[in-house]
Amino acid sequence: MSPAAWPDYDAGRYFCELTRLRPEAGPVPDWLMQRLQRIGMDALRVRAAAAEHELIDLGVTFTVYSDATAIDRILPFDCIPRILTHNEWALLERACIQRVTALNAFLGDIYGPAKIVKDGVVPADLIFGNANYRPEMKDFPVPHGTYVHVCGIDIIRDELGRFRVLEDNARTPSGVSYVVENRHLMLRTFPDLMAGIRLQPVDDYGRRLRAAMTDIAPAGDGDPQVVLLSPGIYNSAYFEHVFLAREMGVPLVQGSDLLVEDDRVYMRTISGLRQVHTIYRRLNDDFLDPAVFRPESTLGVAGLIGAWKAGNVAIANAVGTGVADDKAVYAYMPRIIKYYLDEEPLIQNVETHICREAEGLQYTLDNLEKLVIKPVGESGGYGITIGPRASKAELDAARAALLADPVNWISQPMIGLSVAPTLGEDGIGPRHLDLRPFIVTGKESWVLPGGLTRVAMKRGSLIVNSSQGGGSKDTWVLAEDFSPEEPAP
Amino acid sequence: MSGMRFDPVLLSRDAEGLFWMARYLERVENLARLIDVTQSFESPGYETDAWFGLIRINADEKNFAERGFSPDADHVKRFYLLDKGNPTSVPAMLEEARTNARTLRPLMSTEMWRQLNVFQRYVSGLTAADLEGDALSRLCTRLKDGVQAHTGITEGTLYRDQGWYFYELGRLVERADQTTRMLDIKYTALLPRDGEEKRMAELTQWNAVLRAAAGYHAFKRLTRASFSAEDVVHFLLRDPSSARSVLLCVRRAEAHLDDLRRIYGLHGAGEPMEVAEYLRELLLEKPLGHILSAGLHDYLDFVQIHIQKLAAAIGRAFFRDWRPELPALPGGALSSQSQSQSDGAPEAAA
Repeated sequence: MSPAAWPDYDAGRYFCELTRLRPEAGPVPDWLMQRLQRIGMDALRVRAAAAEHELIDLGVTFTVYSDATAIDRILPFDCIPRILTHNEWALLERACIQRVTALNAFLGDIYGPAKIVKDGVVPADLIFGNANYRPEMKDFPVPHGTYVHVCGIDIIRDELGRFRVLEDNARTPSGVSYVVENRHLMLRTFPDLMAGIRLQPVDDYGRRLRAAMTDIAPAGDGDPQVVLLSPGIYNSAYFEHVFLAREMGVPLVQGSDLLVEDDRVYMRTISGLRQVHTIYRRLNDDFLDPAVFRPESTLGVAGLIGAWKAGNVAIANAVGTGVADDKAVYAYMPRIIKYYLDEEPLIQNVETHICREAEGLQYTLDNLEKLVIKPVGESGGYGITIGPRASKAELDAARAALLADPVNWISQPMIGLSVAPTLGEDGIGPRHLDLRPFIVTGKESWVLPGGLTRVAMKRGSLIVNSSQGGGSKDTWVLAEDFSPEEPAP
Repeated sequence: MSGMRFDPVLLSRDAEGLFWMARYLERVENLARLIDVTQSFESPGYETDAWFGLIRINADEKNFAERGFSPDADHVKRFYLLDKGNPTSVPAMLEEARTNARTLRPLMSTEMWRQLNVFQRYVSGLTAADLEGDALSRLCTRLKDGVQAHTGITEGTLYRDQGWYFYELGRLVERADQTTRMLDIKYTALLPRDGEEKRMAELTQWNAVLRAAAGYHAFKRLTRASFSAEDVVHFLLRDPSSARSVLLCVRRAEAHLDDLRRIYGLHGAGEPMEVAEYLRELLLEKPLGHILSAGLHDYLDFVQIHIQKLAAAIGRAFFRDWRPELPALPGGALSSQSQSQSDGAPEAAA
């Protein structure tokens, strides 16, 4: 349908996050469209460019390094927000907490008694043969049973507007800084779009994260020293590390700032060594401790794992969570939720065919041209074949890869991701998007209202990843008690 | 119970980063001053000598030749203002300052970061057209403005804990060093042989040095109608109130080190304080007449060496190869473990 304000806008068969009629959204979508129209295309472009310029000035960037130059790029920002109603958010919030609860129970089990394997719900080799399974974690209890302290769950919406989980990110998910920065940017550059619209705030993230990091610190210190461990300025997510350290109010450290003595972790300060109690690390497992994992890594701290196992420091996320967000394990998540919580998933997975199972492989081979074929070990949208858009040669290559190593693949039906109006070179048009809510868990779980909306900036593209030209939008969760204060925009 | 913490943590690496960020920015401002004054020393037919003097006082001869430049006014300008591959160029130093700032962002205000970010981007986009004719002087003004805006924003927004002291120490050490170089530029400048012409030329040059050091008007207020070279040297080396005098910088550095020791209990400040004290005595011990007749250039060299010693002492005490004592742990004996030091520290340019 096309709204009265934009006769040329056509979302086609896709669910549109703005123009699809949702009574509980009240007048907000209409206001937004009318206000955008009143600003007008020319002014909108000028202001959108100014907003992006602001991101460059503020250094809200990720850096792409080549031999001689360092190029700062921004994550493209689209100024037309994505709206979630209070009801939609209530469902998303509960579903995210359910999912994280199950992920933590699953990790506690597989690094403990492994009942789920013994009961035949999940195949043993999928867990114990997984490259991300860390034997070091076996029988090592973590505070509050929390392994995944920060989780990002990628959620999409199909043609009918049903939410579906696409992927769990349980290692070191990034993007939360953009959620907060996008909101600040909207408040500064488009106050007139937001006037009179009450939203759930996003600026509590740092405090919540710090509280969770305090929750998990070794007992006995009333004011534990929390630090954020970053690989340093050459990491593409460095801006986010800065952001989080600042929002939490804790030192941003690198491996070279830390040392371990007598199974205790210290940081080097100008007034001597200071003990560290919780490390929020933005470093992969492999790099954490050269004495245990990659010996050549200089990013981590020798002895860190020993200090952790001695109970003198907490590490978030815990080591070994990668086994839970693996795309092959993802396929089992509905069964995992049922197994531990005795609940149906509040938000279903995208229908997934597990090619390691004969049935799944056969179905995939028979329907290759209709399916999206994904390698289980990759992230960032790499290695994916989109059947309906693939050439004959690409389909043949996918078939050969499937047959060569079925265990490495899953397939899913092609989902027509929902769209939202987005400013492009040819005006305002529908672009596909997804949503990554962030869940913080110490003793309990808390979900940042909204999350990161990633949008494919190219018309027709389904790939929203920032590494492949995706951008982002401010995500508005309408406040529960929202009632319009003014009759017209 | 109050939610505030009164024992802020400062990582050694961050202290070093603050020190160097301030040094690089101060150096950019002073290089702009030196370039500006060099331009005013330029006399038709002697451009090359005037500009190559800049290379000499910065001890950049080797670097200059290795970068493929030849002694020529235009090349010197490009070497310092456009050549990103030259570590002593304005764009390279600003890049270094910004790289340090990136590691320090949790300690800095957003305004500080934003200004530095925008300033660095402007400088990295300079072209040959910005060095031509009257554009060069405007560029120098903009460079000074850029650093001074940084200084002002820092003054108004940077939290005054230990980190601020290290930032200030970096600025003071660099400024003291740069003032000696500004005085040294007279050494390389050409003069007519003798007579009234020489006296006039010399006067013009000293005035230019004073202007470069932003001390011209204050100097005029303080001195008699006729002044001597000795007066200018006194003003820039020993005047207790001239903002860029070496003595003022050293005294303030000493006071900051003393604060670090007293307020924050950093006993490591003792050694650099001794170096600063020696430097202060060195600045005051001999009558200036003796120094000038024995050769100002050699004396300035000597002062520069001791300024570098001060920087090194601060580094040893707080940044590099520094192995503080462990707090007492139950069980006593501690294994000694060799530690790799942070390798992110920029090296001091000579």
